[in-house]
Amino acid sequence: MESFEVRRRDDGLISILYIKGYLDAHTAPKLEQEIQNLINEQNFKIIVNFNELSYISSAGLGVFMGFIENVREKDGDIKLTNMNPKIFRVFDLLGFPTLYDILDNENDAIKKFS
Amino acid sequence: MPESMTKYYLKIPSETDNLELIREFVSKVATKVGFGDDDINKIELAIDEACTNVVKHAYKDKNEKTIGIAIKLDYDRFTVVVTDTGKGFDIKKLKTPDMKEYLAEMRVGGLGIYLIHSLMDEVHFDIKPGVKNEVQMVKYFYKQDEEGLKIQEN
Repeated sequence: MESFEVRRRDDGLISILYIKGYLDAHTAPKLEQEIQNLINEQNFKIIVNFNELSYISSAGLGVFMGFIENVREKDGDIKLTNMNPKIFRVFDLLGFPTLYDILDNENDAIKKFS
Repeated sequence: MPESMTKYYLKIPSETDNLELIREFVSKVATKVGFGDDDINKIELAIDEACTNVVKHAYKDKNEKTIGIAIKLDYDRFTVVVTDTGKGFDIKKLKTPDMKEYLAEMRVGGLGIYLIHSLMDEVHFDIKPGVKNEVQMVKYFYKQDEEGLKIQEN
């Protein structure tokens, strides 16, 4: 079994990435590539659904840091949803909730984009 | 104070691919000694961050090098020592980053040390570049208040 997987679903102009497993320094480049692909395709409205993610380290959080400015300059955003409390706590420890739009579920994120 | 009672040791090639194994090793021992999920998660993440720093910075992705992970158990504490023989770092630059400044700059990376300090009860560095670098991370079995009295964790 892969320790980390990313699936993508497009909903109109919004792209949703479903991430699963462990997001660490080994697997972060995979997510980085997926987000880079979206940006290359001029998709700047991005939702990352954390529902099936069981672990994140700072290397995983760094992926979002790398793109957020660029995406917001293009009137887009990376909205994060469905985080379990363990994952949220890592974001919280680093003060990320002030920087990112973290929402309970995908529908809330889609509404905020429209 | 009595000597450390038990010691577990893992020596593993310096590759990000091994981070998952390292986390499993540390969390298995932490579970065995009775830590709760909350502390296990903290220990696991702190050790991942220390080892990621070794792979990425001390050895700069040279995977023929090895990382040592030693776990020592004392009556009151769980200590993990991560050892490498790579490029060390300037201990003076290790002060806790100003998060406001950090968020304003939105720099990528460099969060590991800050996390390790937040997650563990004590952190010590012994840096001898190219010879032996050690990061020692301690989690007490009981939290202590300012006067050193034991407080039962929830």
